[in-house]
Amino acid sequence: MSSAANRKPLPLKIALWSFVAIWLMMAAFPFLWTLWGSFKVELDFFSIADWTNALTGDNTERTHGTPFTGAGYEGAWVKEGFLRNIINTGIVCIFVVCTSLTIGTLGGYALSRSGFKYVFWLLIAALIFRAIPPITLVSGYLPVFFQYNAWGYLPTAIIVLVAINQPFTLWMLHSFFESIPKELDESAKVDGCTQFQAFRRVIIPVMWPGVITTGLFSFLLAYNDFAVTSMILNEDNRTMVPQIAAFLGTTQTEGNVMFAVAAVVSATAPLFVLVLFFQRQIVSGLTAGAVKG
Amino acid sequence: MKHRTFFWFFLPTGLAMILFIAAPLVSIITQSLFAPHEAVFVTVENCGPFGCKEETTIDQSATAALREAEPMGRFVGLSVYLDRGHLAVAEVAEAWRTSESIGEFFGTIYNLPFYRALAFTLTYTFVCTPLLIILGFFIAISVNSLHRHLKGLVIFFSLLPMIVTPLVGSLILFWMIDSRGVLGNLLSYLADDPDLSLKASSPLMWTSIIIYGIWNSAPFAFVVFYAGLQTQPKDTLEAAQIDGATRWQQIRFVTIPHLMPLVTFVALIQLMDNFRVFEPIVGFSAQAHATSLSWIIFNDLGGETQQLSAAATTSVLTVIGVAILLSPVLVRTWRDFKGRS
Repeated sequence: MSSAANRKPLPLKIALWSFVAIWLMMAAFPFLWTLWGSFKVELDFFSIADWTNALTGDNTERTHGTPFTGAGYEGAWVKEGFLRNIINTGIVCIFVVCTSLTIGTLGGYALSRSGFKYVFWLLIAALIFRAIPPITLVSGYLPVFFQYNAWGYLPTAIIVLVAINQPFTLWMLHSFFESIPKELDESAKVDGCTQFQAFRRVIIPVMWPGVITTGLFSFLLAYNDFAVTSMILNEDNRTMVPQIAAFLGTTQTEGNVMFAVAAVVSATAPLFVLVLFFQRQIVSGLTAGAVKG
Repeated sequence: MKHRTFFWFFLPTGLAMILFIAAPLVSIITQSLFAPHEAVFVTVENCGPFGCKEETTIDQSATAALREAEPMGRFVGLSVYLDRGHLAVAEVAEAWRTSESIGEFFGTIYNLPFYRALAFTLTYTFVCTPLLIILGFFIAISVNSLHRHLKGLVIFFSLLPMIVTPLVGSLILFWMIDSRGVLGNLLSYLADDPDLSLKASSPLMWTSIIIYGIWNSAPFAFVVFYAGLQTQPKDTLEAAQIDGATRWQQIRFVTIPHLMPLVTFVALIQLMDNFRVFEPIVGFSAQAHATSLSWIIFNDLGGETQQLSAAATTSVLTVIGVAILLSPVLVRTWRDFKGRS
């Protein structure tokens, strides 16, 4: 496609380039700015007097002797025990991803291999469930959790997040399994395998690309959830995001916004790494729904 | 696959959805029909040296016993739906009768918590969605014309606003737009108004939350459209060029029709997701200027007194809203299904 007709005139090229540059600024600048600012004191991060203070860190230098300080991180991680919340998030994410992939794979596989009419209705039900905002369900959970004394614990949150995850997982894996030829497991069944054996020996070895992509989105849902986890976890078991919200309530009055800033940067870092390594899978996951859809 | 095998394969995921999605849905509908018990009052005659007087006090043990006996509360039918915190039928009727102009009527309505939240939720949903689609489309077109090596880099940075935790993303933006932050400083410098503050102005707050929404979701539209551009057939484009279509006409009459199904897809997903707007309101601490339906539920559930019944009622109303937004998709899926079988 390098014919003369396709070569773009210079002004158009410049316009396109600057548009992309502006978008890149919009997308990346806030993160870089906050990362840079998280190593400053509050007076520099919110620099009323002179905005260049945020770059040079004048007040930080006056307070700590160097233009960069880890005080915010120290305060958040050590004093406020943010490490505890990071571990909680880790536990929740690992268990949510593993459980929801295990049961979602079985369900999605069954949906893709059964030609009966109820498959359609199950998928529609899943679509409706996907559309319902999770926070509307919380007032349904609370009385039951209080009654059985299950409120506040990590396993409760894990089970709830797994369930909320299922509709999306099912849709995604259903369309992925549809793309695996039915002949594969049919021939295994002809050779005398049961359906489950066919699944285990033939489908499991080839399903990993789809499962990894789905797993990424399950992870993101569990990691990013605020509405549900903040309502059903007690103070000791809070994950990162509700804890950041709690920082806003308590530390802003004490002038320790920098704790929250450090916590925000700490919570963003894993996602940054995730995109770095799984960019291709995330893109394919986002488009899978669309192409099918 | 046999029904039996299907059943066992589907059982775990089905059970999870029934127990933790379907059952809570039933539960919120039931809860919304009940209201908490009122305290039981007892009137006792208190006789002292200066004569007798009647005193009304709360009978704590009787109240506790009643709450114990009927934990659901008392059945009130639809009256929670109609009260001031929700549909506020009486207040709306009153406003309709007494207001002299339509503007005054809407002004009164806007002061009712439910309608205030509904107004912001709908504005957010229907302003964000088209704008993010347009922005995403232009990013996709521009990135598609870049050199191959640059594309990966641009996609990497573009994914960040979407992938980041909504609360974290809104905080990051809020700290910059805050009157003490770098963008807030810049704005008040440009507007030549040193007192310009986000926290003091509802229109500014609405605008910045909507900008957050676009920033957050445009990457999704971008990625989907970008993938769509990769599958665009070259020959139609070439045919258009031979016919002498200008660059704009090529986009208008070849590319956009090709992407149209994807636009519908993105629009439906985003309508659904924007309707649940919640985190930016917490992140921007915008309660004073903008609330959303999800925020009302959150607010009722949190705090000292958990108003389960009120929260359940707002939840049901929210679900009804989602159902209305979703109905075109359902109808379309149903037609597709009918067409196939």
